[in-house]
Amino acid sequence: MSEMLSMAKAINLGLKQAMTDDSSVILMGEDIGTLGGVFRVTEGLKTEFGENRVLDTPLAESGIVGTAIGLAMRGYRPVCEIQFDGFVFPAFDQIVSQLAKQTSRHQGTQSFPVVIRIPYGGHIGAVEHHQESPEAYFAHTAGLRVMSPATPNDGFHMIQQAIRSNDPVIFLEPKARYWPKGEVDMNSTPAPVYQSRVVRTGTDATLVGHGAMVAMLLDAAELAAQEGRSLEVIDLRSISPIDYDPIVASVGKTGRLIVAQEAPGNASVGSEIAATISERAFFSLEAPVQRVSGFDTPFPPANLESIYLPDVDRILDAVDRALAY
Amino acid sequence: MPYTEATLQLLTTDGTLVENDRVAPYRPLVDALTDQQLQDFYREMVVTRRFDIEAGNLQRQGQLALWIPSLGQEAAQVGSAFATRSQDTIFPSYREHSIARIRGIDPIHIIELLRGVTNGGWNPNDSKFRLYTLVLGTQTLHAAGYAMGIAFDGKTGTGNLDTDEATIVYFGDGSSSEGDVNEAMVFAQSYQSPLVFFLQNNQYAISVPVERQSRSPLYKRGEGFGIESHQIDGNDVLISYAVTRASLDEARAGKGPRWIEAQTYRLGAHTTSDDPTKYRQASEEEYWKQRDPISRYELFLRAKGASESFFAEVKAEGEDLAADIRARTVTLTAPPVETIFNHVYTDEHPLMAAQHQWLKDYDASFGGAS
Ligand SMILES: Cc1ncc(C[n+]2csc(CCOP(=O)(O)OP(=O)(O)O)c2C)c(N)n1
Ligand SMILES: [Mg+2]
Repeated sequence: MSEMLSMAKAINLGLKQAMTDDSSVILMGEDIGTLGGVFRVTEGLKTEFGENRVLDTPLAESGIVGTAIGLAMRGYRPVCEIQFDGFVFPAFDQIVSQLAKQTSRHQGTQSFPVVIRIPYGGHIGAVEHHQESPEAYFAHTAGLRVMSPATPNDGFHMIQQAIRSNDPVIFLEPKARYWPKGEVDMNSTPAPVYQSRVVRTGTDATLVGHGAMVAMLLDAAELAAQEGRSLEVIDLRSISPIDYDPIVASVGKTGRLIVAQEAPGNASVGSEIAATISERAFFSLEAPVQRVSGFDTPFPPANLESIYLPDVDRILDAVDRALAY
Repeated sequence: MPYTEATLQLLTTDGTLVENDRVAPYRPLVDALTDQQLQDFYREMVVTRRFDIEAGNLQRQGQLALWIPSLGQEAAQVGSAFATRSQDTIFPSYREHSIARIRGIDPIHIIELLRGVTNGGWNPNDSKFRLYTLVLGTQTLHAAGYAMGIAFDGKTGTGNLDTDEATIVYFGDGSSSEGDVNEAMVFAQSYQSPLVFFLQNNQYAISVPVERQSRSPLYKRGEGFGIESHQIDGNDVLISYAVTRASLDEARAGKGPRWIEAQTYRLGAHTTSDDPTKYRQASEEEYWKQRDPISRYELFLRAKGASESFFAEVKAEGEDLAADIRARTVTLTAPPVETIFNHVYTDEHPLMAAQHQWLKDYDASFGGAS
């Protein structure tokens, strides 16, 4: 069965499916029950599964993640919602020092299947702390898996795969892509979750990104095609671990790599990809890897976000630079 | 649950003064207020409400990204703000529009924040009104630290009410669950800091009712940390003034922190993005409309003989402010691009210079002015 759905709705249905399949799955977060979440991703689930499986928690992020760890010890598979990217930091200790390290500390006697859903990224014109891209902190932390769907179809399948994962998963939902609709094939067997995916083939340069950036890369490739340039686009899907093989293969063909992300570039996911491709595909590269990122500044007031955030022009500018070699 | 036997109230909903042993100690503070001061309380509540409504309209017309209304919470805010002395420092949350005005901040700066023109808005060194804070509860620790500094500086307990300093921090019922707020209580109590915790219990954290945050009245939270605590009728501007005045003066006298839970109600939506019909009953809103902070105070002032022309003048002042804000809002433009890079650090930083230069060159590459 295939349907046109928004990513918000697709994730909602994915959560519903996961809760139906496994009674140990519970949802926790601020305003996720009666209200259905500020983005309505959990709409209707409290009515369907009851307040003991969809918890409108007290307002305390460290509390949400910390108790999720305890619930996991007790055999539950908690799925926590952090209301906005900028509000995950009160839970930082529980995520990076506790959740991430429990598996290793328990030496195989216990796993910690906790999912932390975080709506993230810009393009929504919101006030401070509501448009950030914190993925690098989590990708840097051993013990966490980090992923981000770029399409409604991946939203539906990846949230279920994240919940089935026996490891903690930081599940980053690109706010800018919550509402556009796309085809969701609910009966198909999903691709393995830790696979990056070529979403447009091309021969002149390779563009890599994740989350909301993927749609922008596709727009850039479309524009470039009108000028006779053939760009390949890869959707990372998983940010930690990163599946490098398709990127290496693509660079083997194009010789040029542009990595794009909304997050600040300094010590970022894009930096890691650039370094790894330099190591693994040095002799394929005909130009230095180009990074297109947010500036290394706080996310500015909304009036300046269009300057702060990479756009199609900045991506194509980087393509020009790569092709100039 | 809103009102309990502990709730202190001076002004009933019909505008008459309460007389009983528990509020008797606060009565002299109110009796000492001049007619002018009493009228200022009214003026600030009414004018801020008018401003607030205008800002909501501006948001609906696409002029603001978001608006955060304070409708219904005017008495808690105005009373407590007038209770501060000019040397006191205020740490707001994000809904304290009347307090900002009382501290001399042009409300256009609040508009700028919510239009997406700035992340700051004013210089807190001028007003001793710190910046709005969106990450819930964090400001309570900042206030606790600031208050520790006051005590270290010897600015408490000298007996001089005009120079001894105190601090007040505002936060909500939802925020009271954050670890930071609880740690702030530990620090303030441990160091006996001159800090008043002012909790506006407007009964909701977005959609979540206060019962999820606490099964017992929230003033008891303060008591549990050993802090002298009161619950007040937050829709009574006089008790808000009097209890805050007394608490701040005790704190500045070196007696340690105080905790006030003001029972009030968020009459509007959480923000303009919110739809309260999804989680609360019209009957509940009606209950609180009957307890509106402004109408009861108007009855009180009328009974005291305030003139019709006074009320007309305040109304006109509200209209003038609304018109002025509207006119200035629509002319607000995006800040210059360099604000992205300016002041990220105090000292020079190579990344800022390099990235700003990159952006200039990039813009210039399109042939336009950079
Ligand atoms: C740390 C953090 N978590 C979540 C949010 C999102 N959020 C903004 S306001 C709010 C509710 C706050 O309720 P309360 O403290 O009662 O203050 P009120 O809005 O009622 O004045 C939430 C959950 C936030 N701003 N900061
Ligand atoms: Mg509240």
